[in-house]
Amino acid sequence: MAITIASDEPEYARSPSLVATFSRRLLTDPVTLVAVLYLGLLCLVAIFAPLIAPNDPLAQSILQINLPPSRDHWLGTDQFGRDVLSRIIYGSRASLELGLISPLLAALGGSIIGMIGGYFGGIVDRVVGRLIDLLLSFPILLLGIIVAAALGPGFWNLVMALVLAFAPRFARIARASTLSIRNEPFVEAAVAAGVRHPTIIVRHILPNIAGSIAVLITLWISSAIQLEATLSFLGLGTEPPRPSWGNIIRDGLNNLFGSAWPIVSAGFAITLTVLAFNLLGDAVRDVLDPELKE
Amino acid sequence: MWKYIGLRIVDAVPTVILVLSLVFVALRLLPGDPAQVVLGDNATAAQLELFRKQMGLDAPLWHQYLSFMYNVATLRFGRSLVNGVPIIQLLAVNLPYTIQLTIAATFIGVALGIPLGVVSARHRGEPLDDVARIFALLGYAVPDFYLGAIFLIYLSLDLGLFPINGTGSGLIDQMHHLVLPALTLGLVKAAFLSRLTRASLLEVLSKDYVRTARAKGAREGRVIYRHALRNALLPVVTGLGLSILATLSGSVAIELVFGRPGIGNMLIGAVETRDYPVVQAGIIVFALFVVLVNLAVDLLAIAVDPRIRVR
Repeated sequence: MAITIASDEPEYARSPSLVATFSRRLLTDPVTLVAVLYLGLLCLVAIFAPLIAPNDPLAQSILQINLPPSRDHWLGTDQFGRDVLSRIIYGSRASLELGLISPLLAALGGSIIGMIGGYFGGIVDRVVGRLIDLLLSFPILLLGIIVAAALGPGFWNLVMALVLAFAPRFARIARASTLSIRNEPFVEAAVAAGVRHPTIIVRHILPNIAGSIAVLITLWISSAIQLEATLSFLGLGTEPPRPSWGNIIRDGLNNLFGSAWPIVSAGFAITLTVLAFNLLGDAVRDVLDPELKE
Repeated sequence: MWKYIGLRIVDAVPTVILVLSLVFVALRLLPGDPAQVVLGDNATAAQLELFRKQMGLDAPLWHQYLSFMYNVATLRFGRSLVNGVPIIQLLAVNLPYTIQLTIAATFIGVALGIPLGVVSARHRGEPLDDVARIFALLGYAVPDFYLGAIFLIYLSLDLGLFPINGTGSGLIDQMHHLVLPALTLGLVKAAFLSRLTRASLLEVLSKDYVRTARAKGAREGRVIYRHALRNALLPVVTGLGLSILATLSGSVAIELVFGRPGIGNMLIGAVETRDYPVVQAGIIVFALFVVLVNLAVDLLAIAVDPRIRVR
């Protein structure tokens, strides 16, 4: 077989100035800039929580329950006398950990399954395709609830629930992209040259779909944070006494007549963070992969 | 058309089997031993053994699978471990509340979201469009259970406008109890639907037949409502399926916030009390809902888009 030289080469050529384009967007779009600054700040808060938090988030005090905001407790205290601000600060850790880890793991698992289906085709692909279609007909939240309910609460069970909820989304994109480059000359050339299939997938397919997968990861971070919060609120996620924004609201609801501050401030933190990640995701998508725009 | 509808319904059968199989896999093969989960860490080996025997968890996997499918097909869900009530009764009590909430919320979402989408498409780039965009951005970001809790604190507790929990008795009272939960879910839904409608309508408005209609001198209102909207609504109808299901999954948290009975509340309560058969039944009901709603939406799409019937 003659090796044809692709005539439409520029299509694969990486734009050299991705970072430049993104920085320009940051500078010209104040909304994105504010979102990025907020997220940077949030990461610092999460990392240095022990230094920043005014109190121990788990320290209870029967003398100081349901206090309104004061100089000692900026956001007041909950029904166990725990400092709400400190719990919110520590709660950012659960949100960011889950929000970042689970889309990454889901991307890893989903891409592998999607690439295998798209690459090998035939019956393997029919099974993978059907499974993806079926799982995509479930809303993420419902998949998360189902898996979390089947597994029970706990950190790794929560990770598992989030990963299983997001993996089909990654598998779909990976499969579609793999299908579209499976028959490109450079892949056929590699096959003809006797390169082993796993090597082809890693060396030739993966680099070509990595861009869209990376965009997808940023787009799903906000959903992952929202899902973590919802599952923790339902008692299926982060287990008390470890604070998470979701279980702070759960505790708050059991103490409705005590103080509204835990609910109001934890919910505000979730909303702001999800909003910021949504804005960041939109910006990244516009810069990296305008075609993904739905 | 009837042939297509028949085919679509028949096609749902293997989907149901596949979904139930996945639920089975999720329940039995995922790490974590149900006996250990139910009985806790202090259970003795003999207790674990007895529980597995009672639940049929000691049988070979294929045997468990077949009896699982048979039991679901014949609606034999067993009894609650906590109070011995037949689970089918629990479902019969809880299901109507969840359906009621989902329908009411979807109705609010559609009634607010679609007009909002049309308005922001008509006034693209104007301040009105910006306001709609901000509403949507917030709607995407705010967790529904948080919005519900805020409504509960300020409208029910502080102002006393709405009841705090339960479902009430009699039509008026029931509606009164339904307002806040449905509004919470509906507002979040409206944000999603307004963006979908706006994007879809803007795309249709750039089509040739819309230009033709305008060239004929049709007024803007007629162009939109007579020519464009029906075509623009097709993606909205297909989006509606996922949207209804998202509302259904959102109802789990909302039922908890407002202390309403429902499948979600039943499921979450069962997870807390480690009531394994009830957890199983709750999961099955939610999974079957997905298949049913998707089927219904496909059939609705036939009504909206005559082109599908021809295929």
